[in-house]
Order: sequence, then C-alpha cells, then structure tokens
Amino acid sequence: MDAFTVLDALAAPLMRQNVNTDIIIPIHRLRDVAQADLGPYAFEPWRYLPDGSENPEFFLHKPAFRGAQIVVAGDNFACGSSREGAVWAMMGMGVRCVIAPSFGPIFFNNCFQNGVLPIQLSRADVEAIAGELETAARPGSNHEPRLAVDLHNRTVTTPSGRRIEFQVDGIRRDSLLKGLNEVALTLLREAEIAAHQAKARQATPWLYPAT
Amino acid sequence: MPGQTLFDKIWQRHVIADLGDDYALLHISRHLMHDGGGRGLAAIKDAGYRVRNPDLTFATFDHVISTAPGRTHDTLKPHAARLYAMRDEAKHWGIKLFDLGEPGQGIVHVMGPEQGISLPGTLLVCGDSHTCTHGGMGAIAFGVGATEVIHVLATQSLVQRKPKRMRATFEGTRHPGVTPKDMILFLIGQIGTAGGTGYAVEYAGSAVRALEVEGRLTMCNLSIELGAKIGMIAPDEKTFEFLKGRPYAPTGAQWDAAVADWRSLASDADAQFDVEVKVDMNKIVPQVTWGTSPEHVIAVTDTIPDPAQAGDPDKQQSMQAALDYMGLKAGARLDQTKIDWVFIGSCTNGRLSDIRAAAAVAKGRKVAGHVRAWVVPGSENVKRQAEAEGLDRVFLDAGFEWREPGCSMCLAVNGDTIAPGQRSVSTSNRNFVGRQGPGGRTHLASPAMAAAAAIAGRIADVRSI
Repeated sequence: MDAFTVLDALAAPLMRQNVNTDIIIPIHRLRDVAQADLGPYAFEPWRYLPDGSENPEFFLHKPAFRGAQIVVAGDNFACGSSREGAVWAMMGMGVRCVIAPSFGPIFFNNCFQNGVLPIQLSRADVEAIAGELETAARPGSNHEPRLAVDLHNRTVTTPSGRRIEFQVDGIRRDSLLKGLNEVALTLLREAEIAAHQAKARQATPWLYPAT
Repeated sequence: MPGQTLFDKIWQRHVIADLGDDYALLHISRHLMHDGGGRGLAAIKDAGYRVRNPDLTFATFDHVISTAPGRTHDTLKPHAARLYAMRDEAKHWGIKLFDLGEPGQGIVHVMGPEQGISLPGTLLVCGDSHTCTHGGMGAIAFGVGATEVIHVLATQSLVQRKPKRMRATFEGTRHPGVTPKDMILFLIGQIGTAGGTGYAVEYAGSAVRALEVEGRLTMCNLSIELGAKIGMIAPDEKTFEFLKGRPYAPTGAQWDAAVADWRSLASDADAQFDVEVKVDMNKIVPQVTWGTSPEHVIAVTDTIPDPAQAGDPDKQQSMQAALDYMGLKAGARLDQTKIDWVFIGSCTNGRLSDIRAAAAVAKGRKVAGHVRAWVVPGSENVKRQAEAEGLDRVFLDAGFEWREPGCSMCLAVNGDTIAPGQRSVSTSNRNFVGRQGPGGRTHLASPAMAAAAAIAGRIADVRSI
C-alpha cells in the first residue's frame, strides 16, 4: 500500500447526499474488469452521455476540476454495497482523499486498506470548503481550487488559507503514514490469535464443527 | 458497573487484542463467501498466504449465477470460469462449498441461518454489505471489503473500531398487512439512510420479540440501508427452536450447553445505549419506496412528497433528481402507478415465509397482462420446501415465473435485469439508480405487497385486495 503523508492537489466538490457505491462502480464492471483497470468506469452512470462521449456536466469533467485528487462530498458518501472496487475505481481516476460529513461504513474502512484518506468533517466545514472550491474555480479567481491535506498534522488548508483540523483514528493514521500492510502486521500476532482461539474452543466448543 | 448490551457481550468475547482508540483485533468465528466479491481465494494464493481456518469458512454461489429454470452447469456461461475456479479453490483449502443443486446452496444470507452456520454469539463476516442479516440470529455480523476478506482468510481475525450502540424499540400492535419489511422501511424513512451510521443497532421491543426468526432476518438485513453495518436482535426461544436440528447446529450435550449460553445473550436491563429510538407500531402501514434511496419511502396510501417541502436544499435536489429518474410527479398517488415487473426474492425476502406470504395473495388470482412477475427462492431448500407445499403451482397458475435460487434481480449482475425505463416492484433492499438494470426503476415493498402489485398491474395496497 502507498503511504499517505501530505497531499496538495486539485479538489472537486460533489455535494450530493447518499452517493452510493453502485454509482461509483457499476457491479458488472467490477465483475468483468481487472482491479487496476477500473478507473475509466468510475461514476460511469454519470460520467458519459448515452452515445458514450464525456458528459461535460460531470463534476470531474469541468475544466477547473479535471484531474482532481481530492473529492469533497455530501452526507453518507459511498453508502450501500461493500464493493471495494468503489475505492479502486476512484483511485484509478487519481483520487487519494475524500472529505465528507459522513461515509458509508464499509467504504470508510476500504479506503484505509488502499492508502486513500477519508476525512470526516462537520457539514458546515464541508460546505464551506466546497463553497471555496467553487469560488476558486470561477474565471478571474486569484486561487486555484486546491486543498492541502496534511496527515501528520491532521489539517486541511483551503484556497483562502483557512486551516481546518480533522480527527483520524491513531491506528489508521499510523498505517497510512507508513503505508503498512495490515495482513502482514496481523500475521505477526499469530500466537495471540492461536491462544484466543484455543480458549474459545474450550468456552464455546459448539462453534467449532468437528473437522 | 452498568449493564452490558447484547453487542458488548458478543464483541468482548471476540477481542484478541485491544489496539487502543476503541480498536480491537477481533476473532472471526464465522466467515461466509460467495461468488460476487473480490478475488478472495485466488488473491490469497497470489499473496502467498494460507487459509487459516477453512473449518470456520463456508461458501456458496449466489451473485453471478443465472436463475433461469432448468439451469445446469453448462448454462452458467459467461461466468462459468469464475465458478469453477472458486470450486477448485474451495476444494484445495478444504472449505465447505454448497454447490448448485445441492441443499444449502442459495443466497449466502439465506444459507447461513438455514444451515445452522449463523449461530447466536458468533462474530460473522462476509464480503457483502447485507451480512448484517445474520444479526437476526443474535450475532454480530457485518459486511467487509475485499482486502478485509483476505485479512480474514489469512488470519481469522479483523481490525475494527468498536461502533457506538443504538437501540430501536418497536412497541404497539402490528396492523394487518404490516410485515417486518414495513417495520424496517418505516424506521429508515424516519431517521434516514445515514441515521445509523457509526452504530451497531439492536432492534428490540414487544413487536420485535413477537417476530419469527425469518422476519427478524429481514429487519436486520436492511440495517446497512440505515447506514449501520451491524443490526441485531437478542436470541430467544424462537431462535433456539429455529436452529434445532439444522445441519451445522450443535447437537446433544453441546446443544444444551449452547442454549444455556445463548440465554445470557440479551442486553441487561440497565444497559446503556448511545442513542435510543422509539417506533410506534400503530403508525406503520404497508410501505413502498418512491425514489432512489431506501429513505425515499412512504405509506402506500400517501401521495408522493414534494421536494419543495424539504427544507434542506441538498435534500430538495436529491428528491427532485429521484423523481425525475423515477418518472414520477410530486403530489400524485403512489398506488396508481402502473408497473412492468415484479421481483419476489433476495436476501431480504427470499425465505419460505416470504414465499408463503406472496403465494397467499397470488392464490386464485392472475398477474396483470402487462406485468412480468418472478419468484426467485432464496435457496435450494426454500425452493424444495415451497414446491413440497405446492406453492410453485400457485404461482405458475397465477402467471408468475418460478425460478432457481440466487440473488437474481436484486443486483442484476447475472443476466436477470429489467429494461431501461421499466418499473419494478421488488422485495429486495436497494432502489438505487440502475440497481435492477441500467435505467430501471425500483419500488421496494414487502412480498405480499409485491404480489398485490403483480395482480393489480400497478402499485397496490395489499389490504384492499
């Protein structure tokens, strides 16, 4: 997994509520397309017109936001299906960080498994950030619609220079900063797992079918 | 010391190591697998890991298989290669796989309880968001992503943050025509699809205790549509009765010891929840969704809501987009809406009691001429039991199609889809844009309501049929 430390990048607002993972990656693409190749299908239902051409109204097709690596989203972002392909598809289009007031709980975990940082902020802060990005994207603006995300210091800095602190669980932060592989770490705890399971076999033997 | 919740009791049993910040390394006592997730078993091999506990891992085929009648291994193309690979891998590791045509095969969330694999007090995971279903057995059960599946296969454990606890208490009389599906849809309508985010939800109250086990599974199934990964109901005599004699349930002295233990798995009287929600059963009538999120739900007798009445501009926008997609107008009566399809099945409502409820409405009636109606049993056993009761004949005589078990049109990744612009009444769990096929329009409802819609040819109130 790639480490995540600081990211200073274009950021695009997608201020819709309850965007679900079916939209982020349609199930048939997940079935038929390899993990590394999902990027072109991210947000497919919104991203293309019926003739297959780009939908200019799609949030990441607006010239100021094209190539954004940060998405600023509405409540309950990526709710629904557990498909990790939602993270892979967004990564495939370059996204490394999502900021929202709340997330689908499985997507939230899946992000950390892939070096993507999900940041939960108050709705007021998320709306203010989205507002600044829209303003910065207008012609004649003095700023670019960029955000600077610093995981060491847990801050997001907006185009106007406002710095907003965020919370992230210590264990998740540590893994992202170091790019750790969780399976490899847990395998080091095999003795503890074995001891726990031996005790559980004694206490609740009916959970362990005879093999 | 304050009392413990049902959730706390089961969580505590599975903590291998406290990792700080409310995180724990948890032992996984049951892992279920299906054909629709990530690369699972193939990925394990590529990474050089071994499957740590094949004895605690159970697999079946459900997501990508066709449910066309008379299916054989040869008719499963184009996904046959995926199925054959999974079958080979399961055999290689010694994982029990319930294969096509074999009792036990079925939707993974029907299979687990049916086989006595999903037991009270277990911590059960599966690479599917509707794993919360198994909470209806008195378990902590939740969906995980593909990388977490690999973690579980390799270590039989998972790193998780302990969620907060919510209790939703349902009190009052259940009106005729109101099913567990209506109860949970009503709650989603009240607190929204993010209302449960960050919580493990326990469903409680006299109206929940009165439900049979299959109805409890239906309620817990929609927990993820509340934003909650985990929904659960304390096990009781009904749970024990349901489990007794099932293939993987304990037997003999083990059974007695298990039941004695399971009786301790209820929230203590003085247990504290972070949030309490009360639901008055008297307010619940049959529910139907009108939009593209499960929170877009109303009583079948209501008119379609007006986005202008929603205070929040984001909500207005999302409601208007939903109306446009669904081809509906605010203020119209939902129960006059003409439909093209009915789908009865899924991990929400594909169990025998669901099939019986739909058959009771279908019996002696005819599906409207312009409607295509499918009944897809949730498992091979459900199919065989329904056929033994003659329910397949009831459906076929009424003009429904009777199919093979699988996920089918709940997620439309198996060839079972509706066409763009078509409107379906479905007993499944998600009315998302394109869920039943690109451009398809889905209204969620109970099995009885779905059968009533098939016969009326429009969304209909089952109580008036």
